Amino acid sequence: MAASDVLVIVENIRGQVSEITFVLLAAGRELVEKTGGSLIAILLGSQAQVLADGLGADKVLVCDHPSLADFNPEVHHQVLARLIQQYQPRLVLFGDTSAGADIAGTLSSRLGLPLVSSCRKLTACVGKVAFTSQICGGKIIVEGEVPGPTALVAMIPGEYKAEAGQAAASPLIEAIPVPDTSGLRMSVKQYIEPETGDVDISKEDILVSVGRGIQNQENLGLAQELADALGGVLVASRPIVDQGWLPASRLVGKSGKKVKPKIYLALGISGAPEHVESISGSEVIIAVNTDPSAPIFGIAKYGTSVDLLDLAPVLTEKVMQSKSSR
Amino acid sequence: MKIAVPVKLVPDLVEELAIDASGESLDYDWLRLKLNELDDHAIEEGLLLKERHGGQVAVIALEDECIDEVLFTASAKGADRLVKICSRPSRNASNHTLVSLFAPLIQEIQPDLVITGVQAHNDLDGSIGPLLAEELGYPYLGYISGIKADNGSVTVQKEFPGGLISEMTVKLPAVLGIQSAEAPPRYVAFSKIRQAMKTASIEERPGVDVVLAPGATVERMYKPEMGAAAEMVEGPPDLVADRLVELLKELGVI
Repeated sequence: MAASDVLVIVENIRGQVSEITFVLLAAGRELVEKTGGSLIAILLGSQAQVLADGLGADKVLVCDHPSLADFNPEVHHQVLARLIQQYQPRLVLFGDTSAGADIAGTLSSRLGLPLVSSCRKLTACVGKVAFTSQICGGKIIVEGEVPGPTALVAMIPGEYKAEAGQAAASPLIEAIPVPDTSGLRMSVKQYIEPETGDVDISKEDILVSVGRGIQNQENLGLAQELADALGGVLVASRPIVDQGWLPASRLVGKSGKKVKPKIYLALGISGAPEHVESISGSEVIIAVNTDPSAPIFGIAKYGTSVDLLDLAPVLTEKVMQSKSSR
Repeated sequence: MKIAVPVKLVPDLVEELAIDASGESLDYDWLRLKLNELDDHAIEEGLLLKERHGGQVAVIALEDECIDEVLFTASAKGADRLVKICSRPSRNASNHTLVSLFAPLIQEIQPDLVITGVQAHNDLDGSIGPLLAEELGYPYLGYISGIKADNGSVTVQKEFPGGLISEMTVKLPAVLGIQSAEAPPRYVAFSKIRQAMKTASIEERPGVDVVLAPGATVERMYKPEMGAAAEMVEGPPDLVADRLVELLKELGVI
């Protein structure tokens, strides 16, 4: 145990390690290679030892018990508070996710430790650790120093490849005591599977996606007509689904599905980090957004700042003409 | 059910964002602030719970230029109590700092449930919810998209990546971070807001001395270079459409 150690919280739900865990391990690995510390993963779960295989850590601390089958932040708080005090590491890395954000914030308050969130990149240089975070929907980059001696960092994907956090060999495993789960104030009742709806958007080749730029529900018809003309499927970013304009099965983003179409036509989507991450597997992204500084243009192959409400009907007509003239 | 909804203002991303001369902060002289969108969902969820189970919804905010309008809008929608904490920390204040202002007042209100937006787009040190929960000694769950109240507890739907939902029971009092309300935030006509301005009152409460919590040191803030990856197609809509059709043909889509 050393002051330059990095702890990584392994995010797992229903027996599956989330991809963000490998991103965290990749970030941690880069740091400890420079600072000389150890990269230690912490895994809580039921039959968790199996999940440790493939984790690119120097050591995995495993807390294995049937009562840990479901994600419960209170259990994590108990175990992690003790381990952080015991190890006094330089950093503790969490996913800035549904699970990670629940744990990191509480621990920051409980232990009085600084927390840096929305962090995309960590760099070690001359005895310091620097962070790069993305805020304001990806429109602003913030750089600064991660305070010491111990800090918590909640990370978003984008900078590190998950493969760099994987390992072929089984890591060293150390069992840690199971916490007392008798006084918990929350429990899992059941899981509800995601709606698949009429289509599985993760398997579609052509997606026409609408964001806030569509302005109102009536305009959705313009995008639907374009999707129909292209033989594609209409999907949306979070605000559109939250308005009830499209069902959750059409959601692309953090709580929606990751997609990997041949063409992703983004209409009026700004490109917040979580959306960008979910569409990064697309072969070609074409972005239509009147804001030339929209982050979506950073990932798109082609883009235009023409108003989608002007472009969509013309494009639909020209696509139809092109198809009928073949 | 007594519900408290602490809310915060964030830069409106529809406006062009600018960095100030220090290079370490947004230039607040040139941007418009608006209610954090997910806090608006939190207000809505609070009102829906009140309509179902009765009770009172208190909306709490820190003093700022347009905060009275935000609070009166909440009143016009159905909020019962409007509280303004008359302490105006820097607009770059961390969420740890905001929580140290919210917590004593919420402790005094003794709500059954605290609902807040699960995040804000300018969060740099985690979100308000879990920090506040720990200060209050309440349990916290975030990414919530549905709440049902039972006796002394709530059953919530917590979202995970990929659309999986974990239905969880939480004992009250608790803090919940809302991802989306069960219905879109209700529309309220400006005439009703004006009426609320005449009839509702905002309680002004002094802020406590803030003990600055540890936070990250911001050394540089900048806009990412955009458009570097995208080949831009510009011109009148019909010419742009022609070029896109060509591209779609080249890509074998049509």
